[in-house]
Amino acid sequence: MQGIGLSAKDLSVSYGDRPAVKKVSLDFAPKQVTALIGPSGCGKSTFLRSLNRMNDLIPNCTVTGEIWIRDQNINSPATDVVSLRQKIGMVWQRPNPFHKSIYENIAFGPRYHGVKKKKELDEIVEESLTKAALWEETKDRLHNSALALSGGQQQRLCIARSIAVKPDIILMDEPASALDPVSTAKIEELISELKREYCIIIVTHNMHQAARVSEKTAFFLMGEVMEYDSTNNIFTNPQRAETSDYITGRFG
Amino acid sequence: MSQSLDRQKAKPHLAEEWVGKIYTFLCILFLITTIFSIVYFVASKGLSTFIVNHVNVIDLLTGLKWLPDGEPALFGALPFIFGSFSTSILAACLAAPLGFCAAVFMVEISPKFGRKYLQPVIELLAGIPSVVYGFVGLSVIVPFFRDVFPGQGIGIAAGALVLSIMILPTITTIATDALAALPKGLKEGSYALGSTRWQTIYRIVLPTTLPALMTGIVLGIARAFGEALAVQMVIGNAPHIPRSLFESASTLTSAITLSMGNTAMGSLANNALWSLALILMLMTFVFVFIVRFLEGRSKL
Ligand SMILES: Nc1ncnc2c1ncn2[C@@H]1O[C@H](COP(=O)(O)OP(=O)(O)OP(=O)(O)O)[C@@H](O)[C@H]1O
Ligand SMILES: [Mg+2]
Repeated sequence: MQGIGLSAKDLSVSYGDRPAVKKVSLDFAPKQVTALIGPSGCGKSTFLRSLNRMNDLIPNCTVTGEIWIRDQNINSPATDVVSLRQKIGMVWQRPNPFHKSIYENIAFGPRYHGVKKKKELDEIVEESLTKAALWEETKDRLHNSALALSGGQQQRLCIARSIAVKPDIILMDEPASALDPVSTAKIEELISELKREYCIIIVTHNMHQAARVSEKTAFFLMGEVMEYDSTNNIFTNPQRAETSDYITGRFG
Repeated sequence: MSQSLDRQKAKPHLAEEWVGKIYTFLCILFLITTIFSIVYFVASKGLSTFIVNHVNVIDLLTGLKWLPDGEPALFGALPFIFGSFSTSILAACLAAPLGFCAAVFMVEISPKFGRKYLQPVIELLAGIPSVVYGFVGLSVIVPFFRDVFPGQGIGIAAGALVLSIMILPTITTIATDALAALPKGLKEGSYALGSTRWQTIYRIVLPTTLPALMTGIVLGIARAFGEALAVQMVIGNAPHIPRSLFESASTLTSAITLSMGNTAMGSLANNALWSLALILMLMTFVFVFIVRFLEGRSKL
């Protein structure tokens, strides 16, 4: 298949000596959406943050195991974390636009990766905002503060911001859980659009959302992957009792 | 039963309310009266130089000679005004980068060490009496400057250096609070786009906290502007504009503390000192307004 995916092998994460993720092995295909579901505290965010080495920023957090992109293990100390993070974008639950203009929010990443010409930056800004379905709403006020946007618009801005550095993979941690239903629908639509180009891994607590947007679903429980299969199978024909208990709402 | 209880309790509660209200009101009244009396007192004394003694305001603000006992008496306060501004602004220029770097170190680079050792030390600096600073300045900085630079070692440079250490805690503490209050998501967002730590500090942390950092600097300048004792001990107190940073000079505060005891209440010389005090007070108001303005901006 074309494009770039990612695979984790025996990935374990612990905070101090408390394990949060235990020997997780998962393959993520390119141009597909994979949903991570599971009860609160089961290590979904921790796992996701390991994939772009954001856990490096947490002092006592240790990540062991391998993460392969093409033929490179990015979880090795030799990896250039800064250029890795360009290749793997991330979107959080709470939109976190910089206290700058809409334009500057998008141009922030590319500018550091060597794009200096105004014309090129303009193009990147337009292209990224268009892909994030935000261009029409913001093209007349690109130089206004990003903080004046609504929550849903801010979240799409954050998605546009991560697209602007041309990643292969986008990680999303509950990207719609702080948004109203209309904004949520827009984000979901956007995800379906973006998967034509990117490998997307999304954490969600919304079963319907997982079912709507993803091709594959992994069910996490207590730091382990209980079940990993096509979304369709997980929701209609789960192999494990825990999975079916969780998706039918019996616990979690 | 419950009704009777209510009625019995209602009265004391109401009384309590009123006592509290009256008490707080009286305190506020006292405070406001005090502040207004001080302002009125300084203003009336300071202005009588111009109104009663007919000294020209412009002459006072721009005159270069301060000779209260001269024939004719001259009241040019520009050397003092210059001294005050140059020492405090120079002090802020020295202390701001230091304070900001210390804050970045404490919050971003080594929070554990910073919180545990650096913060208490800096808070300690704030508690040292100004006479001690002046004394240290006089016995360490002044001799050092005397050896290294031409001149007596006293002057604007020595004053500014002493002041910069005195205002360091103010600037550092405010910068630390501002950095610590920065939403965590902003920094993560920057890192996730592939920025390095320094790019993040320079392009995200600094601009976002800039109004708060400026607040710290202005408060530092205000403190330096009003400091009298420590400066007076190291600046030399010659009433003229110095030609170098290492030549004796004066500030508004040092001029007041040095001559206040030697003038008779109500005399022209005394009134002229009150005019200096008035200038100090007005400048403090200006600083407060600037801080207010910056705080409004930092809320975003
Ligand atoms: N910075 C941290 N320091 C220490 N422990 C942490 C940290 N972050 C998470 N943990 C712990 O790791 C475990 C997994 O947390 P994680 O945030 O990955 O769960 P999650 O599946 O994302 O939960 P939720 O659905 O509530 O977001 C939890 O027990 C949590 O307490
Ligand atoms: Mg989470």
